[in-house]
Amino acid sequence: MPINITMPALSPTMEEGNLAKWLVKEGDKVSAGDVIAEIETDKATMEVEAVDEGTVGKIVVPDGTEGVKVNALIAVLLEDGEDAGAIDISGGASDASGAPSGGDKASAVPDSAPVIETGAAAASEPVPAPKAADGGRIFASPLARRLAQLNGLDLKALKGTGPHGRVIKRDIEAALEAGTGKAAPAAAEAPKAAAAPALATGPSADQVLKLYDEGSYELVPHDGMRKTIAKRLTESKQTIPHFYVSVDCELDALLALRAQLNSAAPKDKEGTPAYKLSVNDMTIKALALALRDVPDANVSWTDDNMVLHKHADVGVAVSIPGGLITPIIRRAEEKSLSVISNDMKDLGKRAKERKLKPEEYQGGTTAVSNMGMMGVKNFSAVVNPPHATILAVGAGEKRPVVKDGELSVATVMSVTLSTDHRCVDGALGAQVLGAFKGYIENPMSMLV
Amino acid sequence: MADTNYDVIIIGSGPGGYVTAIRAAQLGFKTAIVEREHLGGICLNWGCIPTKALLRSAEILDHANHAKSFGLTLEGTMKADVKDVVARSRGVSARLNGGVGFLMKKNKIDVIWGEAKLTKPGEVVVGKSSKPVVEPQNPVPKGVKGEGTYTAKHIIVATGARPRALPGIEPDGKLIWTYFEAMKPAKMPQSLVVMGSGAIGIEFASFYLSMGVDVTVVELMANVMPVEDEEISKFARKALEKRGLKIITEAKVTKVDKAANSITAHVETKDGKVSQIKADHLISAVGVQGNIENIGLEALGVKTDRGCVVIDEYGRTNVAGLYAIGDVAGPPMLAHKAEHEGVICIEKIAGVPGVHAMDHRKIPGCTYCNPQVASVGLTEARAKEQGRDIRVGRYSFNANGKAIALGEDNGLIKVIFDKTSGELLGAHMCGAEVTELIQGFVVAMNLETTEEELMHTIFPHPTLSEMMKESVLDAYGRVLNA
Repeated sequence: MPINITMPALSPTMEEGNLAKWLVKEGDKVSAGDVIAEIETDKATMEVEAVDEGTVGKIVVPDGTEGVKVNALIAVLLEDGEDAGAIDISGGASDASGAPSGGDKASAVPDSAPVIETGAAAASEPVPAPKAADGGRIFASPLARRLAQLNGLDLKALKGTGPHGRVIKRDIEAALEAGTGKAAPAAAEAPKAAAAPALATGPSADQVLKLYDEGSYELVPHDGMRKTIAKRLTESKQTIPHFYVSVDCELDALLALRAQLNSAAPKDKEGTPAYKLSVNDMTIKALALALRDVPDANVSWTDDNMVLHKHADVGVAVSIPGGLITPIIRRAEEKSLSVISNDMKDLGKRAKERKLKPEEYQGGTTAVSNMGMMGVKNFSAVVNPPHATILAVGAGEKRPVVKDGELSVATVMSVTLSTDHRCVDGALGAQVLGAFKGYIENPMSMLV
Repeated sequence: MADTNYDVIIIGSGPGGYVTAIRAAQLGFKTAIVEREHLGGICLNWGCIPTKALLRSAEILDHANHAKSFGLTLEGTMKADVKDVVARSRGVSARLNGGVGFLMKKNKIDVIWGEAKLTKPGEVVVGKSSKPVVEPQNPVPKGVKGEGTYTAKHIIVATGARPRALPGIEPDGKLIWTYFEAMKPAKMPQSLVVMGSGAIGIEFASFYLSMGVDVTVVELMANVMPVEDEEISKFARKALEKRGLKIITEAKVTKVDKAANSITAHVETKDGKVSQIKADHLISAVGVQGNIENIGLEALGVKTDRGCVVIDEYGRTNVAGLYAIGDVAGPPMLAHKAEHEGVICIEKIAGVPGVHAMDHRKIPGCTYCNPQVASVGLTEARAKEQGRDIRVGRYSFNANGKAIALGEDNGLIKVIFDKTSGELLGAHMCGAEVTELIQGFVVAMNLETTEEELMHTIFPHPTLSEMMKESVLDAYGRVLNA
């Protein structure tokens, strides 16, 4: 079979070149390694060697041709016994595989043309040199800086073991191994670090699984909600200094008011009442009003500023299959109980269908998590940033209480406020709970 | 009575030993070094240095033979006078050998002349050297201490290595040579078979090739210089073959028949075919092995493995107070690795803060054949084996202005980056002066630069080093002059 000789690439990126000169003519015998032609680009000239032996059957591209594409057919070599009639130029040009005539050069050509990948994390923005806490420069190798960025580590938190305390690759590797040096949430939101900032710090999957007999469990891959819960709550517990304040609230007056309001609800033609208030609806309102009364607790923490919110947007934890989500009642302090109640019904329904829009569950200034309906007496919840507080609500139950020195029975609900101590101090937390208790025990004040 | 008690005694004054001794002295240790043959060891006397001298003669001869292509006419012919070429090489070694003696004196390091034996922990008995005196040989330096019993808190074994011999093909110093004989031929042979294509084998092959000798290299592995990146190895092979070197890979010398003044090597290729190659000499260059024998290691219960002393990351053996560095402590058997290992070892002993174990991935390697080969870090194949996602950049000498001006436009530079982090994982080169270029990438790796810093570095124009930057740019699809 005739052997095709194609235009070699002088460099991995060369696309075309000039066929300067043939050193053989048709009919010449050549053997492997013989120089048969000279190829040039704007900067270089290279010799083309034959890689097979045979007779030059046809020179396809003549001397002095400019702009010959790489891998284009330039000549055909005939093996012993073949004649020029065997040459079929038409199909030859694409069949470069038969004879990469540039020898090793051809194999140096990448499969595809190099593409500048500006999107690649590694090649994107230069990593700025971070500053130490005192404003001084942190010494870190370029590779360490980039690895810290890729892994969501804070160079300030790392101990450098390189020359003069320079942070180098092995320090990053050690921190990743030990699970230390995580950057603050804002920084950790960056690239892929967000995947699981601190899950890496727990035991590995293998470490966990080897504690159990094979076949004694089933593995269910995490969905997006599970990953978000894991990420956000781990982040919360690692970065927010929590403290907890609990108080008991008597519910009898509230339950009585609720019954009164519900029975007074106007009904439509089918007899469906316009609203049906729940204890939870009233809890939302009470918390919103308490934060209106103690505005210093209606805040969010950022590294630079205290964010003072003008309205109490109350997130309500809704348990749904496979996790939970926290839709938000905006401006709850301004809304009437019936509006809160109807909003909550709608949000709760769509939450269970996983049909909430992001703006319906993102943001908020505080949250309520109510497990009263499940008979829980008391618990504490994890603050969900950017909130500074979350109220954990237990069940209303009849308990013995002492009133005016006498033992009596009242319906009592225990609540616990979890608080971000960076922005809400203990006394402030107590004030919020005091105000909350006031609204719950004197529920008429919620109506005016 | 002479003082025989030291803080540190180092056995062997090769590049590992003598550098360690100087560093020990700098750190304030009372230091002695034991040597039985020649200050500077194999490297300086029979290895790295004198071969570079020989190869320089070869290089000048090569250039002279191409004078015409530079527009120069040489009246008559350029000939190598083997005696003078060897004499120059010996002179270079002698000068440096004297230099080591001066350095020992300057740093107040006692040189103890003779053969050391470890008798018990902390004690070295120095006896008469069993090494025959080899001519041309440098004289025993003046003012050395002699045989006797010496003690030290820390003893560092730096006894180096010697050529490995294959059974049945043992070097005899006449027909079957090691580097030792190949370095001082009395007359230029007509033909040679070189067994092994590592750095030593290929350098001698290149030297003799330049000297007009018919040279055949037989290599067991698929590629010459098998530790190098495959692409570079193939590139070098092609260039060497173009110069006239015969290379047979995936083949072994099974037998050598000796005649009065020639040998016949039986070479068996992978497919089982045996051919016979007749030559004046065979150079055995199948690697080196550690000098662990007859120094009392067994008596002290020092652990060894495959002919080398087993050490931890700071050169400590399993026996307290006993250390080993350099070739005797395992591969890669390179002078610069020995030096660095010695410095780490003595600094750890001294408690210098911030001493860290050597990163074996950052040890460069150089082979001074024509064209030269140099590399550091992972080969492309090794990076892929490790499951790395990589970017590879290449740049050819034939598009570099300086290379073309030098008449050295056949060469290739290849760099390998980690795709995610931009870490420079390896650099591999073949071509003129690459043994000097590689250090740029070694520094880059050691400082943990990424592609970004390399791209921001200004390389002077016109230089061969510009190709280093172009190869980095090529890895990121940004090559300029190609």
